[in-house]
Amino acid sequence: MTSVSMEHGLLLACVLFALGLTGVLVRRNVIFVLMSLEIMLNAAALAFIAAGSRWQQPDGQIMFILILSLAAAEACVGLALVIQVYKRYVSLDTDALSGMKG
Amino acid sequence: MLQLLPLVFVFPIVGFTLLAFARGRLAEGPAAIVGVGSIGLSALVTLLVGIDFLNNPPPDHAYTHLLWTWMSVDGFAPDFALRLDALSLTMLGVITGVGFFIHLFASWYMRGDDGYDRYFSYMNLFVASMLFLVLGDNLLFLYFGWEGVGLCSYLLIGFWYKDPENGAAARKAFVVTRVGDTFMAIGLFILFHELGTLNIQDLMVKAPNVWAEGSNMATLAALLLLGGAVGKSAQLPLQTWLPDAMAGPTPVSALIHAATMVTAGVYLIARTHVLFELSPFALQCVGWVGAATLLLAGFAGLAQTDIKRVLAYSTMSQIGYMFLALGAGAWSAGIFHLMTHAFFKALLFLTAGSIILALHHEQDIFKMGGLRKQLPFTFAVFLIGCLALVAFPGTSGFFSKDEILWQAWANGHRGLYFAGLFGAFMTALYTFRMVFIVFFGESSAKDVHVPQGISHTLPLAVLAVAAVLGGFIHLPLDSVLPVSHHTDGDFTEAAKHKLEAISVLVSLSGIAVAWFFFHKNRPLAEALARNNIVGNSVRKLWLNAWGFDWLYDLLFKRPYLWFTRVNANDGIDIAIGFIPTTLQAINGALARTQTGQIRWYAMGVAAGAVLILAAVVIP
Repeated sequence: MTSVSMEHGLLLACVLFALGLTGVLVRRNVIFVLMSLEIMLNAAALAFIAAGSRWQQPDGQIMFILILSLAAAEACVGLALVIQVYKRYVSLDTDALSGMKG
Repeated sequence: MLQLLPLVFVFPIVGFTLLAFARGRLAEGPAAIVGVGSIGLSALVTLLVGIDFLNNPPPDHAYTHLLWTWMSVDGFAPDFALRLDALSLTMLGVITGVGFFIHLFASWYMRGDDGYDRYFSYMNLFVASMLFLVLGDNLLFLYFGWEGVGLCSYLLIGFWYKDPENGAAARKAFVVTRVGDTFMAIGLFILFHELGTLNIQDLMVKAPNVWAEGSNMATLAALLLLGGAVGKSAQLPLQTWLPDAMAGPTPVSALIHAATMVTAGVYLIARTHVLFELSPFALQCVGWVGAATLLLAGFAGLAQTDIKRVLAYSTMSQIGYMFLALGAGAWSAGIFHLMTHAFFKALLFLTAGSIILALHHEQDIFKMGGLRKQLPFTFAVFLIGCLALVAFPGTSGFFSKDEILWQAWANGHRGLYFAGLFGAFMTALYTFRMVFIVFFGESSAKDVHVPQGISHTLPLAVLAVAAVLGGFIHLPLDSVLPVSHHTDGDFTEAAKHKLEAISVLVSLSGIAVAWFFFHKNRPLAEALARNNIVGNSVRKLWLNAWGFDWLYDLLFKRPYLWFTRVNANDGIDIAIGFIPTTLQAINGALARTQTGQIRWYAMGVAAGAVLILAAVVIP
């Protein structure tokens, strides 16, 4: 099995992260924003895996498991909030939720 | 027994607390029991402590009761300690004894008033503060009581607060006495700075060691204390508040503005007598302030038409006598007069209150007239009070005032003696003017309601007895105050009797002149004082007490109001306003970034992260 070099792994992580961030900034649908956030989290997790593989350390995988469970918890809370938001505003547009305008 | 001393002020404080928290929910009966009873218990404790003190004098004729150390800051540790000696015992007796009878009278006088328990709560607080003032072992504690009585005086003058005039009188009294208090506070700072302590006994020991006689610092400190005394005791030039203070209920005038608080200045000077002895100039000032005030107030009393204002000017004038006595080195005589004055002036004020209620709140003496037959008891006690006031032989006022006069002569203060003698004539004149106008002549009051009740009659009777027999009380003041040194070496008993005879003659001639002008030949007095331009303008000048109010209006009030008008836009405020304006602009700009849009915030977070990373990565 040919190993993937760290540079490639990190490059992929960067691309994924950038895509996720763009999604968060550009998308107005809350569901898509949440999905983009998941991508960003996974990009970070991938960076850990790549680093762990480069130095032959288990820490990277441990962090990956941690981020995975964190992402699950985040998705859980986030989706619950989405349901509440939809019930109250009958909309999933983030720009509509501007009640905190200063 | 002496250990009971703190109870003296504990009772009034408990009374105040109960009444203050009742807040109008207490009926008149229980309120009177609490308000009067607390002072009664306090008087009882004073009696027990006093008897024990006189029978078994503690070492050095003084007893100090340390309660606790008030605070301890960098070597400054004033004690919360009570000190009982002959001087504070005298004051204690006056405050609780006379105070009790005034409270008893007030329980009659204030019946049917809305703020019955509020009134007694203030009165109890006043008594407690006054006791702090005279029992305090150090000047800071004394100052605490000093401000406390000032506050109670303010509250009680403005007791009937619904009339804005009463509020104005209360504010005036507060502000004018505050001027004196500020002098006194500066005096305390100087004493602490120079001598390192505020404990009175330590001060009295240290002062002569540190300061030479007549040194500038001693004079300055003594004059500043005199400033405080002048403000509290309504002496020249801070006397203007006292006549207006008569706006309060009459028992308040009797307790605060005749018997106790206004004599606090005399007490202060007697208490710190060592400082004044170090500074002959300051002591001379004390004497001349007293002399000037007693003459000025005597003339002013002659033209008043309100019975309470006559008595107010008379109080001012009698306190002038006390100052004169202190200034002449007749220390004990001054305190003796303080005590007898408390008896007969409290009596006169309470009787005046009785007359005022009998005539349904009429205070103008020209609307009274001929009350001798309608109010015989009131007439009798009022006459006793007046006789004591003019130092008629045998009454208490005779003993004390005569002692002041002959000691002033014997100590070589001829000027003060003649001022006092002329003052005695004026006293007799204005006092009996009031007696003849109120009680003799044509009766002009139709509807006279004769006051009845034990709480009305008993205080008047007891105070009348005290006003007559008070002169026989021997105060053991020699252990506290210096014995006056007669500079006149060949002063004999015979000379003393001669001086006594002269002052009696002067008083009697004053009464005779009053009888001639205000009873026998009233139209002549009218013609002199009203129907020609000179007499009328003099009368008006005296009615306004030599125009001091007008002068202060011109010197202080108007310039101040002018300044406030000129400064209405507040130049300083505009300059300082630059800071909030700038802050508001920044705030507005930053508030605009808070759009409420989550994407915008995410953008901010991302940009911030990039910036921080860049700062870390780029060396």
